[in-house]
Amino acid sequence: MNSKQPLFHITKRADISKKKAITIRLIAILAALIFCGIVTVALTGDNPLSIYASIFKGAFGTARKTWVTFQNMSILLLIALALTPAFKMRFWNIGGEGQVLIGGLAAAASMIYLQDKMSNGFVILVMIFASIFAGALWGLIPAFCKAKWNTNETLSTLMMNYIATQLVAFFTVVWENPKGSGKIGIINQNTHIGWLPDVFNEYLLVILIAVIVTLRMYIYLKFTKQGFELTVVGESEQTAKYVGIDVGKVIMRTMIMSGGICGIVGLLLVGSINHTITTTIAGGQGFTAVMVSWLAKFNPLSMVLTSLLIIFLNRGAGEISTRFGLNQSFSDIITGIILFFLIGCEFFINYKIVLTHKNRESGKEEQA
Amino acid sequence: MDGAVYMVAVHTLCYKLGISMDTGKSNDSKKEIAISFKNVSKTFGQVKASSNVSMDIYKGEVLSLLGENGSGKTTLMNMLSGIYYPDEGEIIIGGEPVIIASPKDAFAHGIGMVHQHFKLIDVLTATENIILGMPGKLDLKNAASKIKEICDKYSFDLDPYKKIYDMSVSEKQTVEIVKVLYRGADILILDEPTAVLTPQETEKLFAVIRNMRADGKSVIIITHKMHEVLAISDRVAVLRKGEFIGVVDTDRTNIKEMTDMMVGHSISLNIERPDPVDPKLKLKVSNLSVMGSDGIEKLHDVSFDVYSGEILGIAGIAGCGQKELLESIVGLQNITSGNITYIEDDGSETSLLNKDPRDISDMGITLSFVPEDRLGMGLVGDMDLIDNMMLRSFRNGKFGFTNKKDPRELAKSVVEELEVVTPDISTPVRKLSGGNVQKVLVGREIAASPSVLLTAYAVRGLDINSSYTIYDLINKQKKNGVAVVFVGEDLDVLLELCDKIMVLCEGKVSGILDGRTAEKDKIGMMMTGSGGTIDEQ
Repeated sequence: MNSKQPLFHITKRADISKKKAITIRLIAILAALIFCGIVTVALTGDNPLSIYASIFKGAFGTARKTWVTFQNMSILLLIALALTPAFKMRFWNIGGEGQVLIGGLAAAASMIYLQDKMSNGFVILVMIFASIFAGALWGLIPAFCKAKWNTNETLSTLMMNYIATQLVAFFTVVWENPKGSGKIGIINQNTHIGWLPDVFNEYLLVILIAVIVTLRMYIYLKFTKQGFELTVVGESEQTAKYVGIDVGKVIMRTMIMSGGICGIVGLLLVGSINHTITTTIAGGQGFTAVMVSWLAKFNPLSMVLTSLLIIFLNRGAGEISTRFGLNQSFSDIITGIILFFLIGCEFFINYKIVLTHKNRESGKEEQA
Repeated sequence: MDGAVYMVAVHTLCYKLGISMDTGKSNDSKKEIAISFKNVSKTFGQVKASSNVSMDIYKGEVLSLLGENGSGKTTLMNMLSGIYYPDEGEIIIGGEPVIIASPKDAFAHGIGMVHQHFKLIDVLTATENIILGMPGKLDLKNAASKIKEICDKYSFDLDPYKKIYDMSVSEKQTVEIVKVLYRGADILILDEPTAVLTPQETEKLFAVIRNMRADGKSVIIITHKMHEVLAISDRVAVLRKGEFIGVVDTDRTNIKEMTDMMVGHSISLNIERPDPVDPKLKLKVSNLSVMGSDGIEKLHDVSFDVYSGEILGIAGIAGCGQKELLESIVGLQNITSGNITYIEDDGSETSLLNKDPRDISDMGITLSFVPEDRLGMGLVGDMDLIDNMMLRSFRNGKFGFTNKKDPRELAKSVVEELEVVTPDISTPVRKLSGGNVQKVLVGREIAASPSVLLTAYAVRGLDINSSYTIYDLINKQKKNGVAVVFVGEDLDVLLELCDKIMVLCEGKVSGILDGRTAEKDKIGMMMTGSGGTIDEQ
């Protein structure tokens, strides 16, 4: 009848010091790198150390590469910041992609249709309003449906992505330039109308906006009434109603903001970085941002680190795929492994493994 | 250290009173040991939930496990049922140490536990739920007849083909108990089995338990209702702060003594009931009807008055409209018909119909509400004490920013005045024990100096000490002229605390009685609609 005594059992940690939590995360990264090394050697026979070196070079190898890394990171960070208030409200906005695209589309439309009707300054002003409005509208539609009829926002925000993509595809045909090329090409290449001004260089504007939005979002979530309201709604709708918070209103207000910030990202992508629009301009970052926000536990300041990590891996992965003649999939494998370890280590932050009876002595040492 | 000293004190006390303290070697030698704990300990993080517990359980006895919240009753039993694994010590069955690493192991050793929160699948029938997860061929007919057999043997009242969602709470509990018996359990553990039952249902449960005892089964009941301990059990084991304090024979002890063992010091068990001073009509509910979201009428034509300086108790079995009634008053329910009127001090009347909580507070009326679901409605579990205090006052901040200063002060004073046990005021309330969570909630609601205080199951799951703190707080409000509505489940408490008792049955008022003269049996009958003055429409 006796079953075998379990070797270990899992218990929930009461509390964990910050230091210990960080140590566990660092160990996870280290373990991931070692594991990636083994995978690299096994699959390609290349020296893992030189691969790691080129990952770093890919991200920070030259001044230009460093600027681009920070610019890319800012874009990802901005989208993650946009999604965060919605996530804190437990509104799973996975429509960042579409909200960015539609913001970009609004900016591009303003550039194309207003170039000969207004001065550059006014065009830019219209672009700002149009893209924020478009993004906000894209966020508001699912929020309105959720608030009024309790529809599932995961589905509706996802579906809005496809609508946005198809709208951009449609306008690509309308605005095709030159004819027959199948793309829009650089908008206002000669006049530069609607191109956002450079600050110091072409990268810094985006970075500065990301810094401002990060700080504002941190303050908004932590110190304002609206931030408090959306947190309460997220934690418990019942409690929110109990203290007289209008849940529907908070959902719509928050999604207007979430979509609006995504709209700004669209503006930056079109007006400052690419000066054109394609269906892939958001590049899946609307989804990557979901991970950035979660990894940072919805803390805007921690998101700086998580977005940097993801972009760093991305940029480095691109470098090794060209350097070592490996295809892009290999770098995705490495990124995947590292993220798996990073997310997996949360288990050890919340729980600890205790060895039982026979191994008790060694178990105790481990805990100490 | 403290505990050890106290143990000695209790031993001496019990010796003087002639009570058998320990495992009863001398006078119970005829009894056979079913299971014993030997120096069992279990720690969660910093908390010692069980510390060095040694205890025997005999065959054919009903043992009550008594202790305040957080005294480790459930933890101890979870180690028997395979949910937790002891850090130290042994569990011995038939003289042999055994290993219970999973509920499956527990069943193999004939141990079955009925948890406080039922673990049943709504859309399945009783039979399907009972055989769920059992090995072997699926033979519902055979299973049903076996279930019938068990029911007949112990006189359970159960239809094996009834779906769970059609069942009352007491029927669900029956399914859980039969499930455990079906799996061949000889040792049954019931976690707070009477918390959800009416007096009549409790009597029925006790009859079944007595039948099981006669059949040689051991029944362990986790509880903190003293009357029931005396009514059903042979012996009472008392735990305090994870430590085993002792076992006493039920027929040689009394409530006062058990309480003292449980709490560790002597406390008074009388609930105060001062006479209302100058009661004035504060709230008038007339012909209130409420439809639930599922289209079923939750309240039907309910009318009553609430006076300042008075406690109106509301009795009724779970889910007969208490929740909807309180929520209607504070503006959280859609009202089908009827009216709710608030009467100001100067006698002017204001209707609260179609007002949400924010409207009501904007009108300058302070209705405080302690809802049944503390962490799901009254508080936010993941927020700390300060933010939870701020829930009521966050709109007071300037320029769109929240002001944490006042909530922090309030949190500090609540912790201090109500003796909330918490590491600090920036601890998430979900980490506090049930009693402390309730103190935080009640403390905040009272701090608003309300004119009407509505409480739903204010002492549910609270230990004696915390319960009496809450009764005191409510009485203090009453003396300050607050109109109090107290929805309760323990009729003994309602009868001792309330000035008037309104009995609800299936959303209708069965009657309003004077709390000083009402009889428990009568209330019980009115609750089930089987007697008393029922409003027939």
